Amino acid sequence: MEINTTQYKRCELVKVSGRVDSFTAPKLGEALSEITQSGKYNIALEMGDVEYVSSAGLRVMIDVQKTCKHIYKGEVILVSIPKRIYETLELAGFVPLFRFFDNVTEAVESF
Amino acid sequence: MSRQILRNIHNTLTVPAQFKNLKKIRRFVKKFIRQAGFTEDESYKVQLAVDEACSNIIEHAYAGENQGDIVCSCECSNEELIIQLVDYGKSFDPERIEAPDLHSSLKDRKTGGLGFYFMHQLMDEVTFMIVPESIAVNGAGVIDRPVNMLVMVKRRS
Repeated sequence: MEINTTQYKRCELVKVSGRVDSFTAPKLGEALSEITQSGKYNIALEMGDVEYVSSAGLRVMIDVQKTCKHIYKGEVILVSIPKRIYETLELAGFVPLFRFFDNVTEAVESF
Repeated sequence: MSRQILRNIHNTLTVPAQFKNLKKIRRFVKKFIRQAGFTEDESYKVQLAVDEACSNIIEHAYAGENQGDIVCSCECSNEELIIQLVDYGKSFDPERIEAPDLHSSLKDRKTGGLGFYFMHQLMDEVTFMIVPESIAVNGAGVIDRPVNMLVMVKRRS
């Protein structure tokens, strides 16, 4: 799994690629916590090159959404979600808890 | 019980229960997924189910990493793939696992039990058993000890 963060004016773009499982999910959690701890709560999570997400990855996504949305009135939005990962999010009942965007431009402009 | 796989060197992988070994287990299972002729979609589902099962073994049966081994065995027959996972940790009663929370608001959403739920949704059969396994013990010859066995079956669509 690889994580690249780009700073935009109104949000942070976090591009994740590879596999998010119980081994790698904590690293994603740390990267996202670093952002929220630095006082930024608008996050666009770009997952176009993610091959795989297990429930450990989903837990990280929901935890950071809770932090951003409820505690600090920010939001995590999901960008370029591959079909299989969308299906996993559906299975977990997570789809209503996120906004989805097809590309980075739309996502970044939504903040 | 009929689902149990007879283990041999070719169909079995034993690894220490560590999260970094999930990748190794996935790769091992993938060989059999290919043999079974599954579609990419089915392959994804099987890998995810195995991942969830092994994560549960590490987190719950062993309550952490490096507390024992995970023994993964696979078998392809006609139209199905059987995956058997054995661990030597704490047993659990699948009846007592709470159903995951799929509908509440973000604020109230709990994320426990998702892995177990995924396994059931992604595979055609999921069975937990506690079975005796013979081991050699110094000074006591061979004894039987109870081990946890999870058998998951995926049929080709």
